[in-house]
Amino acid sequence: MRVLGSAVLLAVLAACATADGDPRDPFEGFNRGVYKFNETVDEAIAKPVATAYRDLVHEEIRSRVRNFFSNIGDLFIGVNDLLQGKLQDGVEDWARFAFNSTFGLLGIHDVASDMGIEKHNEDFGQTLGRWGVGDGPYLVLPILGSSTLRDSVGTAADLYTDPVGDFRPIRLRNSAVALRLVGVRADLLDASRILEEAALDKYVFQRDAYLQRRRSLIYDGQPPREERIREDRSLRTPVNVEPAAGVNNLRVVQHAHDR
Amino acid sequence: MRTIAKAALCLFAALLLGSAQGEELAPDVLVKNVTLEVVELIAKDKEIRGNRNKLIQLIDEKVLPHFNFTGMTALAMGQSWNKANAEQKKRLTEEFKTLLVRTYASALAAYSEQKLEFRPLRAKPTDTDVTVNVRVLQSGAQPVPIDYSMEKTAAGWKVYDVMVGGVSLVANYRTEFNNTVRESGIDGLIKSLSAKNRTVEAAGGAPQK
Repeated sequence: MRVLGSAVLLAVLAACATADGDPRDPFEGFNRGVYKFNETVDEAIAKPVATAYRDLVHEEIRSRVRNFFSNIGDLFIGVNDLLQGKLQDGVEDWARFAFNSTFGLLGIHDVASDMGIEKHNEDFGQTLGRWGVGDGPYLVLPILGSSTLRDSVGTAADLYTDPVGDFRPIRLRNSAVALRLVGVRADLLDASRILEEAALDKYVFQRDAYLQRRRSLIYDGQPPREERIREDRSLRTPVNVEPAAGVNNLRVVQHAHDR
Repeated sequence: MRTIAKAALCLFAALLLGSAQGEELAPDVLVKNVTLEVVELIAKDKEIRGNRNKLIQLIDEKVLPHFNFTGMTALAMGQSWNKANAEQKKRLTEEFKTLLVRTYASALAAYSEQKLEFRPLRAKPTDTDVTVNVRVLQSGAQPVPIDYSMEKTAAGWKVYDVMVGGVSLVANYRTEFNNTVRESGIDGLIKSLSAKNRTVEAAGGAPQK
């Protein structure tokens, strides 16, 4: 049944595909629709609640909430490290979980970071990426936002294994899920404000940032050096324009280099 | 004993010579100095966070001299850069610079005294294109890497791209710029950049909340 549902969804998506758009984003029309929907929900509910949370709840407490959920996350971050063959990282993440759950009082204090055991960023989408699964088409998921076909599968696995989902009674689970979401959105308030200011087209800016970010995460910050930016540095060789006003001490120097 | 003293003297002389020859700061030292200076100024002046013009002035004075905006604009434009004439290039650079400075001001306003870690530069002394890594440490989250791509110029080391959490600022503008140029040409891009800058300015930067 689920498979059928996915097949139908894909067919619908394919029908929405636009001809001359970005090749990484064949369903741009559909995605923009979901993006708009998400923005509306965000403006109406998520952002006001997150803002209130940030303004009313002291940072001290918010940071404990953040640490608590972050600690639970370390468990499966460790699993993903092992799945990617990163033994040392995995051991570190579980050590973090052990220290923070005990000395850190159920994780509300991140004592492991103070001890110099750094947190990692892993999820099932990254694990798939590490195994060679490509991004697939870019997708904007309802509520969850930016994703790709691969990362959607990863997110489904993340949610399925999420320990918070096992909290009982159900009311406790629901409150925990809600609190975590509010906290995450509150931490993104500054970033979303900056996005608002920086982007000419928010949708495109966010999409490209997401794809870049995921690529960087999959390679743990060391992606292979074939970035477009580097290649195109050769473009700069002929550049020699008048310095813009106010930056008169800057000159674009002729480059004899660029591989 | 004599040999040790002699060796120490030689080393000292070499150091002196080294510093005399390198009139300019190494890129990682430059980044560290400027960052610490800016962070200190913000920590000292409590009201600066809420005062956008003051922040922009601070960036203008301390940070801008170390950026190559023409280079950044050229990179963000990609192929389209060569289609622009000199006057258009100047306008594009000016508008893009304004946009970036405002964005930077917002980012600075959001900075809340997280710990910074300056990583040693991994480059040969002869390199003219390096990446300087800084990391922002925070509790309960993975450290955020900030990578400055820098090139050596006659006027010292200049930043031509900033990567935050693996996202290159310049690369991120490229699709937007190319889309706009395709739809409405170079002048269309200049127009939409300046319109963007005017809206942000009219809003007094951004709402505080």
